[in-house]
Parts: sequence; C-alpha cells; structure tokens
Amino acid sequence: MLKVEEKLFQDRYRVDSGRPHIQIKDGEICTHKCAEQQCTVCCPAGCYTQEGNGKVVLIADGCLECGTCRIICDEHRNLEWEWPRGGFGILFKFG
Amino acid sequence: MAEKFDVIVVGAGMAGNAAAYTLAKGGLKVLQIERGETPGSKNVQGAILYSDAIEKIIPDFRDDAPLERHLIEQRVWVLDDSSYVGTHYRSEDFNKPPYNRYTIIRAHFDQWFNKKAREAGALTICETTVTELLLDGKKVVGVMTDRKGGEIYADAVILADGVNSRLATKAGFHPEIKPKDVALAVKEIHFLPQETIEARFNIGEEEGVVIEMAGTISDGMMGTAFLYTNKESITLGIGCMLSDFKKQKTTPYELLDKMKQHPSIAPLIEGGEMKEYAAHLIPEGGYNAVPQVYGDGWLIAGDAGMFVNGIHREGSNLAMTTGMLAAQTLVELKQAGKAFTAPNLAQYKAKLDDSFVMKDLKKYRRMPDIFHKNKQFFTTYPELISKAAQKLIRVDGVDKKTKEKEIKQSFVASRSVFGLIGDAFRFWRAME
Repeated sequence: MLKVEEKLFQDRYRVDSGRPHIQIKDGEICTHKCAEQQCTVCCPAGCYTQEGNGKVVLIADGCLECGTCRIICDEHRNLEWEWPRGGFGILFKFG
Repeated sequence: MAEKFDVIVVGAGMAGNAAAYTLAKGGLKVLQIERGETPGSKNVQGAILYSDAIEKIIPDFRDDAPLERHLIEQRVWVLDDSSYVGTHYRSEDFNKPPYNRYTIIRAHFDQWFNKKAREAGALTICETTVTELLLDGKKVVGVMTDRKGGEIYADAVILADGVNSRLATKAGFHPEIKPKDVALAVKEIHFLPQETIEARFNIGEEEGVVIEMAGTISDGMMGTAFLYTNKESITLGIGCMLSDFKKQKTTPYELLDKMKQHPSIAPLIEGGEMKEYAAHLIPEGGYNAVPQVYGDGWLIAGDAGMFVNGIHREGSNLAMTTGMLAAQTLVELKQAGKAFTAPNLAQYKAKLDDSFVMKDLKKYRRMPDIFHKNKQFFTTYPELISKAAQKLIRVDGVDKKTKEKEIKQSFVASRSVFGLIGDAFRFWRAME
C-alpha cells in the first residue's frame, strides 16, 4: 500500500495548530448516511481516513488546499471549508 | 483601515498579477491581496507559459523573467499498459527567438510577475486571506480580511482567487462548482542533472520537450497526463475529472505512481530526486460552465471564471488575458469618469467575447459532455490503436493483408460498425 505521507514529507507547511481550516459538520452523517465516503479515496493528501466503526476522521494538517473534498461532498454538504489563515497551510516551493 | 482604493485584486496568480499590473500602469490606485507567504506559494501549474499572452502585458518579459526551457518538441502519446503510440513534432522553427512557449516554475514566475506589478505601482499584501466580500445591497464595496480591523474598501474588486472561487460562491454570485466541471490533477517535480535531461530528451541547453498523454493510465476515467522538461527538473502529473474520481476506488497518488511506473515513462525520470508533490483542481467545464463574470463593483478573472481550454491544455494564458481585460475595462471607465456599475462593466464581457478566450471556449463547447459520456476514447481506443500498431510492426510470417483484416475486425468487435461511425462523428463534433 502506497503511503502518501512519503510524498507529503517533501512538502513545506506552516500548520495553524489547533485551528483546522476544514471541519466535518456532523460526523453522524458520514457514519450513517454516506455509503461511499469518497473523501477517503479522492483526497490527494489522504487527510480523510475510514475508521473501523464507520467513522470518517479528518486530519487537515497535510492538506494541499485543492478543494476536492468540498466539491465531491455534494450530496450531504457536510464540510465547513475555509482557506487557512493568511500565511498558513501549504507553501509550495515550486508549485 | 480607512484608506480606500480604486480597485482591490484578490489573488496573485496569473490573472491577479496581470490585473494588478494593468491597473497600476493605467494609473489606478490598486491593492492586491494574496493569502500565501509570497506570490506563487499557493499556486500550482504544469507549467507552460505561452509567450503571446504575457507579451501583450509585458513585451520584454524575456529580459528577466525566470524561464526554464523554450519548447522545441511536442509529443502526444496514447498509452495502453505496456506501450505508447505517438506523434512527435519537433521543429527548428521553434528554436528561433522570439520563442513561443516556455516551461516555467510557478513559485518563481509568480514572484517575478508580482514584482513587475509592484514596480508599476500596485500595493501587494501577502499572508492575508480575504474571507468575504463586503456588500452594500448588491454592490461590492470592499473585502473583509483575516487581519485586525480587516475591512478594506474599493470602488471595484477583481476576483482572481482561483478555481475554488470561494468569494463569488459565498456572495451568491454563482453556485458551488460541480464535480463534472473540474479535474483533479496531481503532480511531482523530480530533479536531475541538466546534462541527463538533455541527453534523455535529445535536446540542447535551454531547449525543452513536452509530452501530453492519454489512455489507460487514467484508469478508465476522463483524463490526461503530462511530462515537461525544466532546466534541472522534470514535472509530471495526471488529472482526471472529479465526477469520475468520485465513482472509483483508486487514490490520486496511486494513479500518479502507476503512471510513473509505466515502461515508457519510468526511464525518463529514472534516478530523479522528488522534491515536491502537489495537487490542484483545473476548471474543465468549458463554455457552458463559465458563470456570470461581472456585476455591480465586481469582476471575475482566471480560473475563478472557469477560463480554461481543456482540449488545448491552455489556462494560464486565458488567466492572464482575462485579468488584463478586466483591468482594462476598469481603466477605461475610470478615464471616462464612469462608475463601476454592472451595465458599465458589461464591457468586460464584450471584450471577452471578442477575444480568443470565449471564441475558443465556444468552439469546444460540446467537448466536455461528449467525453464525459464516451469513456471509450480513454479506454477501448488506446488499446485498439496500440494492438493495431504492434500487429503491423511485428514481423511473424503473417501476410499484411491478413493483418489488416484482423485489425479491422478487432475494431468492429470492440465498437461495432455503427459504434465506430458514431464515435468518429462524436469526436468530430467535440472538436468542430
């Protein structure tokens, strides 16, 4: 199984500790109403993981700020999605 | 902040920098706001720079812009799992200045472009996120930022805030982007010695090669891949429509790694040191996905307006051109003493319609729909074409007439006669 962490390790971030810019609105919706949980497949930084009990856990520290998760969550609109505060988040060296 | 500006530009990408530069040159008081640490630190592109678009803004850009290689060869590959069938076009005509296309590294280029805007008189503040637009009724009167006392006022705001276009969505100017209208692209940059790159691609100093790819590497999804040569690095990536990504179980990074392992691609990046992994959405909805791009006190430019020509892999030139045209509209109105009202800003749309931007998008308006509904162009055909080429090339004692017959039969078996005719028609309609 390919580890995306090895790729993200090359990237430069300034993490806004304790202030995640993306949050799941209602975890119950992910667990009980979303069969596919495609955020766990489509996020290019692997920020979303499936827990054994059907829960989806989001850790946004490695976020590449693409917007994929927000756009594919079009059935439930279950994300609070904002840009990180100015100067925080991914800082591309090359882009 | 009590200070008021003529125009606020949100974003310091291709569209934002083109707009800020043009506004400042036109004598307007312009504030540009960028959320990254520096201009370019949030921006992702392949990246190819088309000289024509930047030349119209900064004619002598070649003097000091950070350019990687000018392109002398274009390769288009159709891949199946073990092969590629391709066309290569290399011309000495592309090796004579002024060069037509260059590879660039966005983090470097955007800093240069922004410096030009600041030298022209624009004020740029970085590390500042615009959180929403300030509205007076329906009119945009400024922006709210995440700085202390974060309200800033202006007579107009140019939204060059990129594909996610958060500000226009929040203000209700257009609905949320649909998965069928954007592609998710992931890419990596691999560093190699300059001589290695030049030997591998049979190119001289400063000469570059582009490879555009489609086929089974997109795993049945509507998508394309690319590989570009920079001075001391190679960037490669793959992008597929989000609506397709949504329906399957391969992660974007697995797709990228599969591409890197393809027998035609792996030798090209062999020994390289990967120094960055990036992801970005590309607005590929085309003509029918372009939203309302102006209103009272606001204009949208670049990716935020879905200005990308997916079929020709053009985006940054449309971004620069729309940024420039938005700014020119405001400069002309200001000079004429006219207010930035919606009826007056309609001139921006007229300029867009009159430019290559909307003409090209209109030409390919059917393309996204046709490719969405006909995945055989990304699955069946690459394999058929590869097998046909192999059959013709492999010498094995079978006569050529029989080989041709077998090839014809393989196409009919996969798509039927009517299917083939229909596909030819659909492909022509998409490109018409």
